[in-house]
Amino acid sequence: MPSTRLPSVVRQHLAAFRALLVLTVLTGIAYPLLITGVAQLPGLKDRANGSLVKNAAGQVVGSSEIGQLFTDDKGNPIPKYFQSRPSAAGDGYDPTSTSASNLGPESIVDAFDDPATKDTDESKQSLLTQVCARSKAIGDTEGVDGRRPFCTAAGVGAVLSVFRTEGTTGPITRVVSINEECPATPFMATYQGVKVECAEYGKDYSAGITVPIKGPGRGTGNPVPPDAVTASGSGLDPDISPAYAYLQVNRVAKARGLDPATLHRLVHDRIDGRALGFMGEPTVNVLNLNRALDATSR
Amino acid sequence: MSAWLQAAVVLVVLAAVHVPLGDLLACAFTSSRHLRAEALLYRAMRVDPDADQRWSTYAGCVLAFSGMSILLLYVLLRVQAHLPFALGHHGMPPAQAWNTAVSFVTNTSWQSYAGEGALGHLTQLAGITVHSFLSAAVGLTVALTLIRGLTRSRTDRVGNFWCDLVRGVVRVLLPLSAVFAVVLLAGGAVQNLHGFHTVPTLAGHTQAVPGGPVASQEAIKLMSGDGGGFYNVNSAHPFENPKAWTNVVEIILMLLIPSAIPRMYGRMVRDTRQGWLLLGVVAVLFTASLALLSWTEAAHHGTVPQAVGASLEGKETRFGPAGTALFANASTASADGAVNGSHDSLTAYGGGVTLVNMLLGEVSPGGVGSGLYGLVSLALVAVFLGGLMIGRTPEYLGKQIRASEIRLVALITLATPVAVLVGTGLTLGLPTPRRSFLNTGAHGLSEGLYAFTSAGNTNGSAFAGLSANTDFYNVGLALAMLVGRYLTMILVIALAGSLARQSPASVTRGTLPTHTPMFAALTAAVAILVVAITYLPALALGPLAEGGT
Repeated sequence: MPSTRLPSVVRQHLAAFRALLVLTVLTGIAYPLLITGVAQLPGLKDRANGSLVKNAAGQVVGSSEIGQLFTDDKGNPIPKYFQSRPSAAGDGYDPTSTSASNLGPESIVDAFDDPATKDTDESKQSLLTQVCARSKAIGDTEGVDGRRPFCTAAGVGAVLSVFRTEGTTGPITRVVSINEECPATPFMATYQGVKVECAEYGKDYSAGITVPIKGPGRGTGNPVPPDAVTASGSGLDPDISPAYAYLQVNRVAKARGLDPATLHRLVHDRIDGRALGFMGEPTVNVLNLNRALDATSR
Repeated sequence: MSAWLQAAVVLVVLAAVHVPLGDLLACAFTSSRHLRAEALLYRAMRVDPDADQRWSTYAGCVLAFSGMSILLLYVLLRVQAHLPFALGHHGMPPAQAWNTAVSFVTNTSWQSYAGEGALGHLTQLAGITVHSFLSAAVGLTVALTLIRGLTRSRTDRVGNFWCDLVRGVVRVLLPLSAVFAVVLLAGGAVQNLHGFHTVPTLAGHTQAVPGGPVASQEAIKLMSGDGGGFYNVNSAHPFENPKAWTNVVEIILMLLIPSAIPRMYGRMVRDTRQGWLLLGVVAVLFTASLALLSWTEAAHHGTVPQAVGASLEGKETRFGPAGTALFANASTASADGAVNGSHDSLTAYGGGVTLVNMLLGEVSPGGVGSGLYGLVSLALVAVFLGGLMIGRTPEYLGKQIRASEIRLVALITLATPVAVLVGTGLTLGLPTPRRSFLNTGAHGLSEGLYAFTSAGNTNGSAFAGLSANTDFYNVGLALAMLVGRYLTMILVIALAGSLARQSPASVTRGTLPTHTPMFAALTAAVAILVVAITYLPALALGPLAEGGT
């Protein structure tokens, strides 16, 4: 072979090139095609193709593994359907742009819309305000008290910027409720004797200390459960917790003219418990539940 | 209660399989026979699998193979629009293609693209899946040279790269991934060659249901320490990780080979106590971080988690906070870097634990192969410190740790921190990179620190709020990956060469025994000490500052 006369560096690279081609055929073509072949076996085939499910009329309406929106064109919940969790995938449950919100535990300060630009929206809600707003909206829809800690009654993050004479110490000189844009009335009138102001667009309040105010309302044990106010990791979560499903029973029963107790039992029967009793969490698959309801009632 | 049981079952399964699997691994790499399939591959590659190589030749092969891999993957990403199964995706832009090619070849799998929006199926198969296998096999080869360096004497030969590479793929990775791909299929992971399939939803909207050869990639991406998702949200996607039980299987897969490698090591150095020692260090570090991370997520400190009543933002209902914490700990301790939820939305201290797992240098248990050479390097530092304390020349497995060896060990220990800290420093110091932070304040700093930590330690997970598709991050993170991976590898192979040349030293009464719990404690302490000395200032400004407010 002529390659023996080539410098060893060149020979190594040629060998690397051949090795790469050979191993690509083995691991990148043969192996996945073998698995794709196995996936055609009965029992695996439906799942390998995406666990597609049909509605009462026999039409494919999605995948039982992938969550959906059950809202109308304006984004409001359709009363006869159980609602999914909030989603950060595109405009909600969009598999072409899966995402989590990626907002951190101290994302508590909102950005307001610039009043100078009428046609664009620069506002950006903090994770805290998103949670507060969702909890309030769901509480109103389901007729329960959705007030949470660190939330105002109006459903935004209850966060103050507290200015002191020496920066972090000294007497308080000024207090601003930074998530409540003027002319809103701040959620508390005074903080340690100092009047609380509303916030104005474009003002820099970063010199103050950011103080979230806990206030009334429950986090743990809130009638609106945690999964109802948080976006999932994928944005496609097909499930909700049993607690969130039970919360929606009265509304759905009313919209469908069903007996709430009957619907409660139906939800109870559709809870998927922990696998083998210890893996993961109990869940209710929303699409499957809504499909079952459509099949039995209008 | 069920949360602790879930974690305990993972640990029990690993404890049960690491001995037989480690023995199989040792057998695979010490056997003198070639399988018929392997002989065919060697002939097609035109290499001699029995030619024992010098350390420099072996290192040359590692670099040539990796360099060629980066080049071809880069080309594939650039031209994918003209290939079959492109699904209408364009070629990747140069900086991003460079980042992606380096990322997958270095076993990092940092992704500045979203899978469903950027890659065709052929690119996923012939590019991403292939390098899940090959990058793990390359990691194994380097670990093997170090073992040979410790067991051989008076030789300048450390093994044959092509033989080690092919055996890693054919005897270990391929059979295991084929089995587990089918297991994941049974759970609901998809495996087809379709693109998006648009359907009307129950509420009258439309939804595009994705397709793809996912199961075959999911199995190997977890087992190889690669961790790059088929879809943007990685193993949080219901088509990658459909059930609570597949989540447990996936967690076991990430830890499977790395936790069996100490046993392989013990067998190959003909002293299984040495394997138990390394496994002991791994077990202590892993369970400590797991307990911390599980506790922080369950206790849900922080303003938003307190308002919510749970640390549930960015987590799937079927996994819950416990299943996500377990996955996150396995992923960051094992160098895999897959995620089943948003690390950016973990509690402040919880996110800090994932950072520390990576900053430990990926040794608990670390990546496939890379975990072992990381652990042995720590053991050598411990031997050296122990030797200083008792005033004897340090020895490890009958080899003297002289100035030339400890110099290499020190460089191995420093290579990655340099990549991490210089990168993070530039991120904070330059005006533009900070604009990529989604979150503000201390959490924003954590996003930047996490990115270079993940890249330098070739983990690949992300605080995904960071907008990483900019020239700075695409180029800078790729450089951090190259330094963290290949500088370390060259130094390890050089160390192997240096050790192999030595004559065996005789064990005397003054030799520090390296199989005792005392020595395990010393090694674990070295691991923690190195992290503390190197990274405490950075950690104090990020997760510690955030959690402390």
